[in-house]
Amino acid sequence: MEHYISLIVRAVFVENMALAFFLGMCTFLAVSKKVDAALGLGVAVIAVLTITVPVNNLLYTYLLKPGALAWAGFPDVDLSFLGLLTYIGVIAALVQILEMVLDKYMPALYNALGVFLPLITVNCAIMGASLFMVEREYSFGESVAYGFGAGLGWALAIVALAGIREKLKYSDVPDGLKGLGITFITVGLMSLGFMSFGGIDI
Amino acid sequence: MLRKFLDSIEPHFHKGGKWEKHYALYEAIDTGLFQPADRTKGTAHVRDGIDLKRIMITVWFAALIPMFYGMWNVGFQANTIMADMGMTDAEGWRHWFIQLLAGYDANSFWDNLVHGAMYFLPIYAVTFIVGGIWEVLFATIRGHEVNEGFFVTSILFALTCPPDLPLWMVAMGISFGVVIGKEVFGGTGKNFLNPALTGRAFLFFAYPASMSGDGVWTAVDGYSGATALSGLASDGLQNGAVLLPTGQLTWLDAFLGNMHGSIGEVSTLAILLAGAILLITKIASWRIIAGTLLGMIAMSTLFNFIDAENPMFAMPWYWHLVVGGFAFGLIFMTTDPVSAAMTNVGRWWYGILIGVMVVLIRVVNPAFPEGMMLAILFANLFAPLFDHFVIQKHIKRRQARV
Repeated sequence: MEHYISLIVRAVFVENMALAFFLGMCTFLAVSKKVDAALGLGVAVIAVLTITVPVNNLLYTYLLKPGALAWAGFPDVDLSFLGLLTYIGVIAALVQILEMVLDKYMPALYNALGVFLPLITVNCAIMGASLFMVEREYSFGESVAYGFGAGLGWALAIVALAGIREKLKYSDVPDGLKGLGITFITVGLMSLGFMSFGGIDI
Repeated sequence: MLRKFLDSIEPHFHKGGKWEKHYALYEAIDTGLFQPADRTKGTAHVRDGIDLKRIMITVWFAALIPMFYGMWNVGFQANTIMADMGMTDAEGWRHWFIQLLAGYDANSFWDNLVHGAMYFLPIYAVTFIVGGIWEVLFATIRGHEVNEGFFVTSILFALTCPPDLPLWMVAMGISFGVVIGKEVFGGTGKNFLNPALTGRAFLFFAYPASMSGDGVWTAVDGYSGATALSGLASDGLQNGAVLLPTGQLTWLDAFLGNMHGSIGEVSTLAILLAGAILLITKIASWRIIAGTLLGMIAMSTLFNFIDAENPMFAMPWYWHLVVGGFAFGLIFMTTDPVSAAMTNVGRWWYGILIGVMVVLIRVVNPAFPEGMMLAILFANLFAPLFDHFVIQKHIKRRQARV
């Protein structure tokens, strides 16, 4: 249990997807104008990550890994070159389902997220988590914890950014920096704040 | 007479005047010497004489207490060590000045003060001039006023520098703090991070060798005097004192400030005196301070119960209070009205987050012995969020009543 908790804590703070790896930037910058929308997107990302990482983990372990097909009688087959394709397929399918669920049960959030919901498919934080899972050879349990932690960290970062940007509405930014420019600087400074966790080893 | 002179030249600075571009400079000098002529228009009238200017000047004044103590302490530590090492004079231009004004006697109050001033004043001067140039440049081009916030930023930044920091790094740090930390957002009141801390964090990550470690805290070349925190991190408490190369450091020593460290942060006593001024004048929010203390005490007590090899786990909360930058950050940095939370409930949570984070970084993170700076920056990120949720809650409560 302790192992899983430390895995989650590390994924949330130390290896924060958005502020330590700078993954998932396009949605991170685009949907962070309002705290409520950011919160919704954050929850969506948590959901997608918590499902896709373990599912991809299963696929990798029982289909793609070198020697994974031994149970079907093909111990020499190595399908890991299909990895990228499989992961993105799983992600796309899941996001599609999530979209339908949101459309039916939470139309307000669905409208607020707009085009960025389907864009979660190509959010590199989602893909990145699956690839990190493969690279670090997580077990199934670990991949559930990691997927949840990575999503939570990303959600935390985007909600914090949205809070700051709501505050920055009252600031007087030079013309050339308005909009995305100042947001990039803001994200950089946030990342500076998150450096406090750099070096923690748990 | 000066008033008349300023009034007489004022038209030149208005639109169309000869020196229109330098209005910001004129305004700064004018309102710095006299009170602003602006009066509230409309029906809402604020009768309190306190404005941003007076707030900032009070903070600046309060910061002078740890500053003078810090200067004396830098000199005292340097003179003591030089006597121990058998050195008779400092190097370069500092020696020339010190000889002119004082000597190297560690028992003499004046000698210590002069020696310390030789280190602090250049840092402060560079901070003030470089930061001031940026400030005036932005004010002139963007057409806002030079703000007294910079007085506070500059002195706080200078006080958090280690005495031995090269001056060009000081210039880099304050430039980053003022420009990226504040001016790109439009100046005082519009930023979301504390500019002094942003500058210091920038230096800390860009030039770690000059901002941390054991060699930078003493104003003597080639001498490495560990700070209390790094001593605690490696050896822990022994018989209620820290073992340092210079000998034992008791809690009282640490409280009074007889130790190495950044210029302004050593003496908890001096800082608490300054804090009393800020609290009595209601400039610092007692909620933030109380929240930070609460978070720090709770977290360190929690760690005390854990039996770990790392000696930092066993460090009691009253040691956390007196070593490192905790006290300085508590009084001067957390209470920065711009980057802290604005709602009362938010202030509690903001404080608690800082207190928890500072202990967490000090104890758990082996990379950074000091945690106050990073903890405050981290909490700055979440301050707007606390406010958001508090306000949402208030709105909901009101709606329920209607």
